[in-house]
Amino acid sequence: MGAAVAIVIKAEGLTKRFGGTQALAGVDISAESGQVLALLGPNGAGKTTIVRVLSTLLRPDGGRASVCGYDVVRDAVEVRQLIALTGQYASVDDELTGTENLIMICRLLGTSRRTARSRAGEMVERFDLADAAGRAVKTYSGGMRRRLDLAASLLGEPEVLFLDEPTTGLDPRGRGQMWDTIREVLAGGATVLLTTQYLEEADELADKIAVIDHGNVVASGTPTELKALAGSQTLAVRAMDRSYTQQVADAVALVIGTQPDISTDTGLVTAPISDPALLAAVVRLLDDLGIVAAELALRLPSLDEVFLTLTGHRTEDAGAGAESAMRNGRAA
Amino acid sequence: MTSQVTSADISGIPARSDLAGRPGRPGRPARELRHRIGIVQALANGLTLAWRNVTQLKHSPEKLMDVTLMPIVFLILFLYVFGGVVAGSTHAYLEVLLPGLLGQMAMFTSMGLGTALCEDIHKGVFDRFRSLPVARSAPLLGAVLGDTVRFCVVMAVLTGFGSALGFRFHTSPLEIIAAYALTYVFYLAVCWVSVLVGLVAPSPETVQGISFIWTMPLVFGSSVLLSNTSTMPGWLQAWVKVNPVTHLADSVRALTIGGPVGTHVLYTLAWAAGIVIVTFPLAMRMYRRRV
Repeated sequence: MGAAVAIVIKAEGLTKRFGGTQALAGVDISAESGQVLALLGPNGAGKTTIVRVLSTLLRPDGGRASVCGYDVVRDAVEVRQLIALTGQYASVDDELTGTENLIMICRLLGTSRRTARSRAGEMVERFDLADAAGRAVKTYSGGMRRRLDLAASLLGEPEVLFLDEPTTGLDPRGRGQMWDTIREVLAGGATVLLTTQYLEEADELADKIAVIDHGNVVASGTPTELKALAGSQTLAVRAMDRSYTQQVADAVALVIGTQPDISTDTGLVTAPISDPALLAAVVRLLDDLGIVAAELALRLPSLDEVFLTLTGHRTEDAGAGAESAMRNGRAA
Repeated sequence: MTSQVTSADISGIPARSDLAGRPGRPGRPARELRHRIGIVQALANGLTLAWRNVTQLKHSPEKLMDVTLMPIVFLILFLYVFGGVVAGSTHAYLEVLLPGLLGQMAMFTSMGLGTALCEDIHKGVFDRFRSLPVARSAPLLGAVLGDTVRFCVVMAVLTGFGSALGFRFHTSPLEIIAAYALTYVFYLAVCWVSVLVGLVAPSPETVQGISFIWTMPLVFGSSVLLSNTSTMPGWLQAWVKVNPVTHLADSVRALTIGGPVGTHVLYTLAWAAGIVIVTFPLAMRMYRRRV
């Protein structure tokens, strides 16, 4: 371990089969000390299985994985002292209060009763749960549960933190709050493995992204590299007055040189662009034409688009309605 | 917090040299890790998780409703339905019935444990416990120890209500304590069967059904309801004779209302030990595989 950069999370050729399903088909990932690695992929891609193997909850059928140099199967006792897991379905006890949940985890970690109480007090303050600390967790909102779950996982001051879909099921506001909370945690310097279905989330939080599909890593790199791989950004414009939709489309076509897609339902005009400066050109042209835009934005490629580029097929889990709507509106 | 890891190092094994000096983050001292989890820590973890179960009961005392009402309902029903026929009078029957019901309730109360455990597994609470540096057996140990409260309520209600109906002890305080201790030990043993069922059952709803299948023949094919089993057919007598619940009921009877204890206590303890020796490792194995 004399290397200048320590590899903290390492998986090599992980395989796992559940009945007829190959959940992991030879996964290689690694993360350096202090890095945030995001596993990006749709439901059922194998993200959670990777987390379960790395957090010692599941034995892989083949391959090897280690955390801080400790093998997750052979040295599971050591690994558990170094990691913390925040579950996809927040694994806190519904029937206990927030404070009681935190005290319980502290006690399990071997802290004295007094220290456990004061640690729990600090955590509810830090995670903005003080008002609800005395209430049973079953009365908490989704965002509060996630924050409590995160607080609980930080009690042991882990070297490696696993965040399994930390914002799935939260509304946009809750998601934004959770991101802020996670960023604060990241400032503490732990190495983090994050799983997510949202490219935007990986982009916001991660240093490195591995795209997972059918139990394989199909691409990996920094968010910028990945977005470059996935192609351009998407320009989206909608006229305030729907009757100008065609004119908007013509204006966009004039600036970027290709014909944009027009959604007849929403009046949204979309086109892939590679140069963000074109946005300004579109704005100027619309202004000259006297067309008022109700919506004008540059969007990141959706996970669906990243997937299509990287794997040649759509994400099979159509889950998110917004994604499928976008897909329909922009027939490739 | 780093010190908590080392101070709790009760195994006393020094760090292996090949594992020493693992990279910590810059600016943070590399922590010292334990390499195994000892039995003392397993018990401490188990007690913490038992505290969790008891705290849950404190928050929703309605969960104690079943264990409060069940003994009363059984006592009243059996006493007034069978009393006259079996023993000539309800008063005479109460002396036979109450010690028997202690054994019956040990079986029935343990059934709730399997359901609760199965629910915990499905909710993912156990995932967190298993990713923590706690003993593997701690969650199961905690579930069993935490459930003790429920059985204490059962024993208290049964004894209290029975006394109100006219039940009187005829033995020394020491024998009475022995009777309750024996019942409790047997209860702890069958709890592990219930744990096993909770781990094997595909869903919490199915636990109850499976539990009835194994508890019914043991509870009712025994001397719980009557001490005289001579009118039963031979095959049933043979079953009743080996049934651990019979030995428990006969032991408790002798220890509370008098009479020869014989070998019943020994048989009960042997059964309890046997049940734990078989079911505990099986439960641990299922637990590793299942969760």
